[in-house]
Amino acid sequence: MSDDTLVIAGREYTSRLVMGTGGAPSLEVLEEALVASGTQLTTVALRRLDPGQQGSVLDVLRKHDIAVLPNTAGCFTAGEAVLTARLAREALQTDLIKLEVVADDHTLLPDPVELLDAAETLAADGFTVLAYTNDDPILARRLEQVGCAAVMPLGSPIGSGLGIRNPHNISMIVEAAQVPIVLDAGIGTASDAALAMELGCDAVLLATAVTRAERPALMAAAMRDAVVAGRNARLAGRIPRRYHAAQASSPLEGRADL
Amino acid sequence: MGKEISTVGGVADVVVVGGGLIGLAVAWRLAADGMQVTVCDPTPGTQTSSVAAGMLAPITEVEFGEDDLLALNLASVAAWPAFAEELEAVAGVPAGLHRTGTLSVAYDTDDAAALRRLADYQRRLGLDVEELTGRETRKREPLLAAGISAGVWVPGDHSVDNRQAVAALLRAVEKVGVNLVREHVARVLVSGTTAVGVQLDNGDTITSSQIVAAAGPWSAQLGGIPDELRPPVRPVKGEILRLRVPEAYRPALTHTVRATARGFGVYLVPRPGGELVVGATTSELGYDTRVLAGGVFSLLRDARTVLPITDELELVESVAGLRPATPDNAPILGPSGIDGLLWATGHYRNGVLLTPITADLIAESIRTGGVPKLIEPFLADRFAHRVPDNGEQTPKVAR
Repeated sequence: MSDDTLVIAGREYTSRLVMGTGGAPSLEVLEEALVASGTQLTTVALRRLDPGQQGSVLDVLRKHDIAVLPNTAGCFTAGEAVLTARLAREALQTDLIKLEVVADDHTLLPDPVELLDAAETLAADGFTVLAYTNDDPILARRLEQVGCAAVMPLGSPIGSGLGIRNPHNISMIVEAAQVPIVLDAGIGTASDAALAMELGCDAVLLATAVTRAERPALMAAAMRDAVVAGRNARLAGRIPRRYHAAQASSPLEGRADL
Repeated sequence: MGKEISTVGGVADVVVVGGGLIGLAVAWRLAADGMQVTVCDPTPGTQTSSVAAGMLAPITEVEFGEDDLLALNLASVAAWPAFAEELEAVAGVPAGLHRTGTLSVAYDTDDAAALRRLADYQRRLGLDVEELTGRETRKREPLLAAGISAGVWVPGDHSVDNRQAVAALLRAVEKVGVNLVREHVARVLVSGTTAVGVQLDNGDTITSSQIVAAAGPWSAQLGGIPDELRPPVRPVKGEILRLRVPEAYRPALTHTVRATARGFGVYLVPRPGGELVVGATTSELGYDTRVLAGGVFSLLRDARTVLPITDELELVESVAGLRPATPDNAPILGPSGIDGLLWATGHYRNGVLLTPITADLIAESIRTGGVPKLIEPFLADRFAHRVPDNGEQTPKVAR
């Protein structure tokens, strides 16, 4: 599968698992989990981080050659998000930005109007925008139209672990998209990540499911494997569902026709 | 305060770098053993030690996979009563130990599920916890919000008024003859692979064959240490509030309350005099100690969610401090790789809690010249495998 790579705005990744860092009990546990996940791209909240501080999570990412995807977590308006993205670009010397504009700090659901405004502004300003969005196919289309490099619909709210609540919407988003679709938020366990990939997502982004697990590194390895399994299943082409009759591959009489 | 010295060429049996709770307690123990001890700190007891809330909460705050740290934390909680008694006998002022037990409370049903998961883990570890319904929880603390859905009673977790503890230790070190030098240590003086003293910012030197580095979040910046031996300690900012409960409402709380409110953690630590400490935020913003509006807002939002009468309390102080964090959240104790230099740092969120055991273990190390068994999981060299990898250097000191 080595030629099956994820490409976002010309950058190529062999891993299709994007990690977040929120919720880790310690830097060491986070490091072990990131390594176990095999991730090549990890998102960090710029507002919670001083890029100049030695020994921070950024050093961990550098040590393992994991690209930094700064995000605008904690922003409630397009204006704040644009400011934060520009600070991130300056501080981290990257045009990559995971755009998050949330409506409140309880649900952390994206505010679609502010999100679209910010995405348009940042894309026009030369950013490579990966937009965290609701699982709304029309909003996903609009985000692509304003120039987002990837669209990242939620499976369910951030940190909820509720999995993919509306798989049909995710399929509709995938089928219409010309840019990579990254399932972002809501993953609770490995089967959720596999499902995202089976639905045709190009990658999965998760944090809490790993960082808050009893054994984060083990869950990270499970997620790595699940993403690979889901991707392979998608490429392999699943059989159609038959709801009214069984059709076993091994005949009841005689031998298999090999 | 201790005797002030500023003589060039001072001499001591032991120099302690840093006069926070850890440094002062180490100095007190060593001087009580008859050693000549000098503590260097421009402003003793005013940084992290003074900002902290002083929870002794190894059970309430246990994290998955931190078993060695839990054992050390439990040993130190057990050591606190005797430590406080001895300290009070020497200092003649309260050491601040407040034995209240702790209530962990959950606001909504999602918070309750998270609380039950932790209680299961605590029970598996053999810790003493008792699950309560919301109503049972509120019988113990009637001013908690009506919506509290569940609680866990932890009789073994207490608190210390850390400012009283600092004041008591400052008195105690003076009584036992510790020299308090109100200067910043620029560097440890090393001859070959042996520490021989310290040099202060003002250029003075103090000669000593035993140095204890207890510089908290500034430990990685201590001069004179080769890069590969620098402790991986980084500052983690925390904002914290001090409220005053009006007489008419006292005591608003009788136990430490640790709450999860709609997924956000907050703790409320009542003091006998009517103070209520509310903490704490966490951010990795270097040495920034500004108090941000958002920090105060989130603490008050969560405090009033679980304790509605928060509205009626006086907001006396908002302050930010720096926790000395390590990669695995556990302290760095004992041998440094330089003969005669011991670390007593990296206590992260547990500095007040770990003060008695750290002081005893470091004093024992110096007395015996050996490595006490309890220290073994916390040696600096446990991070050695992490150091030069992928061409990345250990943190360089920016001054």
